[in-house]
Amino acid sequence: MRRTFLPAVGAATVLFAAAPWVVARAPYEQTMGLVQKIFYFHVPSAMMMFVSAFACGIASAIFLFGRRPRADRLAVAAAELVAVFGIIVLVTGPLWARKAWGVWWQWDARLTSTLVLWMIFMAYLLLRRYGGPGSDRLGAGLALFGMANVPFVYWSVNVWRTLHPKTSVVMTLDPGMRPAFWLSVGAFALLYAALLAVRVRLEDGRATVEQLYLALDEHD
Amino acid sequence: MSAEIARPGFFRTAWLVTRKDLTVELRSREIVYTTLFFAVSCVLVFAFGFVKDGRPVDDVSAAILWIAIAFSGTLALGRTFERERASETLQALMLAPADRPAIYAGKLLGIVLLLGAVELVVVPLVALLFQAPYLARPLPLVALLVTGTLGFAAVGTLFAAMLVRARSRDVLLPVLLYPITIPVIIAGVRGTAALAEPDGAAIVRAWISMLVFFDVVFVTLALWTFEAVMTE
Repeated sequence: MRRTFLPAVGAATVLFAAAPWVVARAPYEQTMGLVQKIFYFHVPSAMMMFVSAFACGIASAIFLFGRRPRADRLAVAAAELVAVFGIIVLVTGPLWARKAWGVWWQWDARLTSTLVLWMIFMAYLLLRRYGGPGSDRLGAGLALFGMANVPFVYWSVNVWRTLHPKTSVVMTLDPGMRPAFWLSVGAFALLYAALLAVRVRLEDGRATVEQLYLALDEHD
Repeated sequence: MSAEIARPGFFRTAWLVTRKDLTVELRSREIVYTTLFFAVSCVLVFAFGFVKDGRPVDDVSAAILWIAIAFSGTLALGRTFERERASETLQALMLAPADRPAIYAGKLLGIVLLLGAVELVVVPLVALLFQAPYLARPLPLVALLVTGTLGFAAVGTLFAAMLVRARSRDVLLPVLLYPITIPVIIAGVRGTAALAEPDGAAIVRAWISMLVFFDVVFVTLALWTFEAVMTE
């Protein structure tokens, strides 16, 4: 793990260092001006959030049915990263919305389903933190349901809103903005991979310590 | 096949579990009375928030109805499994030579029947208090209530069973349950609100089909995961 971890951190650092220049040089969006630059942080974070949600759900299924403890550690790490990247998305979103729509929050399909997804994974973390013994299996069940729920939430919220028409935001990307955008996506993906690796490593270490304590107890 | 005692089939086992729950409940009627009174209290509390100048705000009765169902459903789920935990009968049930999915199906049916009994009182009450013309279309209303309650209870029964041994289970049940059942709440509220509209039939049908789809996916998923989650 250490062999892939250091290059990932190095590359992410370089990309994040380069990002301000690239983002600054990307063309201004006509109506939004400077506020549009949030886009370079907001969208990649949202992408990582969804990747992480699916990683957590799949790892939980493997843990629940395949009984691999390592998959559970990956699931915890991924769930925490859903919370972290979700915070970035939910903070940068309203900053942009204030300028674009004049309000901090709209009950739009995308916003609402992101919030619900984020809440499902916060519930997962609460369960893991306060559920007591056996909460790893319960959490795995919850994550599986959370993943299966994503299309339902999106669909229901979409219909709920489209029954009441509202201004929608069309994302058409100017060719000049593409390099900056994909650089941001790359940087966030590397950051995500590095954080996930660190977090899984921490869980691995914690599991080893626990095993050692158990072995020590048996010796006494 | 060795000479075993003949085990009852899936539906028979499920029905036996449901009948056991109903028998226990009918002796004390504790859960159905307390849940019902709680649901009526919910309606009353919301009425103070959403009635302006003596008239309810538009569409608010559907929201109040489904919030009352969701809140009292959570209470009923918690109480049902608390009763099993207190007398340690859930463990006995798990030790019984019965299929785990059948036990889940039995518990689910029991919860759905209990909530159905609560809805039998709460739905006419809400329609009466908020002048909502739901009862004019009984068939779509029943379809919405049955599919919505089943979807809510399908997820709720699994989570409540999972949480029986967990610490702080009282607060964790709603925390886990509400984000997952948001599609059910949206479909229930919007479908019920559309019942009151003169040209809402197509919208009601769309929400009912969404609920049916949700029920199929989540009941299947719960039957599939119940065994893995309940194994110690």
